[in-house]
Amino acid sequence: MRVFDMEIHSRLWLGSARYPSPAVLAAAVRAARCDVVTVSLRRENAVAGAGAPFHALIRELGVNLLPNTAGCHSVREAVTTAHMARELFGTPWIKLEVIGEGELLQPDVFGLVEAARLLCAEGFQVFPYTTTDLGVAERLLAAGCEVLMPWAGPIGSGRGLTDPFALRALRAHFPAATLVVDAGIGRPSHAAQAMELGFDAVLANTAVALAGNPETMAGAFAASTAAGRAGWEAGLMSARDFAEASTPVVGQAWLA
Amino acid sequence: MELFLNGEPRQTRAADLAALLTELGYAEQGVATAVNGRFVPRPERAAVCLAPRDRVEILAPMQGG
Repeated sequence: MRVFDMEIHSRLWLGSARYPSPAVLAAAVRAARCDVVTVSLRRENAVAGAGAPFHALIRELGVNLLPNTAGCHSVREAVTTAHMARELFGTPWIKLEVIGEGELLQPDVFGLVEAARLLCAEGFQVFPYTTTDLGVAERLLAAGCEVLMPWAGPIGSGRGLTDPFALRALRAHFPAATLVVDAGIGRPSHAAQAMELGFDAVLANTAVALAGNPETMAGAFAASTAAGRAGWEAGLMSARDFAEASTPVVGQAWLA
Repeated sequence: MELFLNGEPRQTRAADLAALLTELGYAEQGVATAVNGRFVPRPERAAVCLAPRDRVEILAPMQGG
């Protein structure tokens, strides 16, 4: 699929946080055949110097890096972080997060739209972490975002698709937009559900990173994401309330 | 002078941001910088003079979701 000016092959995108080690992260990314990985930037400690080895490892993976503005609670913080990320990672991509509420890490959609407008005008390619609100989505697209990243549930909660109707409505209302479900995905079946709704990709982090075996879990997510997508493309049957015999009734013997 | 480096008080003799990075031993390419909440692009670091109590942020690539 096309994401801005890039051809992306993987419909499972992975976050790079919370893995037991960098080597396990690398193994998970390879197992998933994932080509979009989210990263962040944090204060560097000159003594520990963790930034350089991590950057080297992630570059070796040969994936597209999607830096985020995680932890930013204001437009100014998010825009400044985006500038720093662009210089550090050498990409115009930015996963824009403006957090409005700490308990559920809900996006501040007012700040999000404002920050998206500022960054798009400066040439950033903005991937906003947003809610399923259609009005907000409309404004983000109008600001120049070509991709939306609606949440399925609270970040790191693993609760899955807390409001499938809202996600379905979003997909139906914006058939041409690239929509990537972000946050709340806890199991491979959640990823499949999102893809069966017609979403273009799924981003998972904690569910893979904190699995008993992250590498195996990454493979499971890749398989379920692909299965869900194939199901969507094949055309899913509609559910009905009552049974409908699948074996033909015509020709049935009278044996009673 | 004393300034705040990544939130911690720090003594320095560096007059500008580029000199501070050199003093601290940071690779020029490996970090992104901000002073008092404003992003300072790499080419402009030498032109940003430091003053006492400036808030300097030095960020590096990290894991993120």
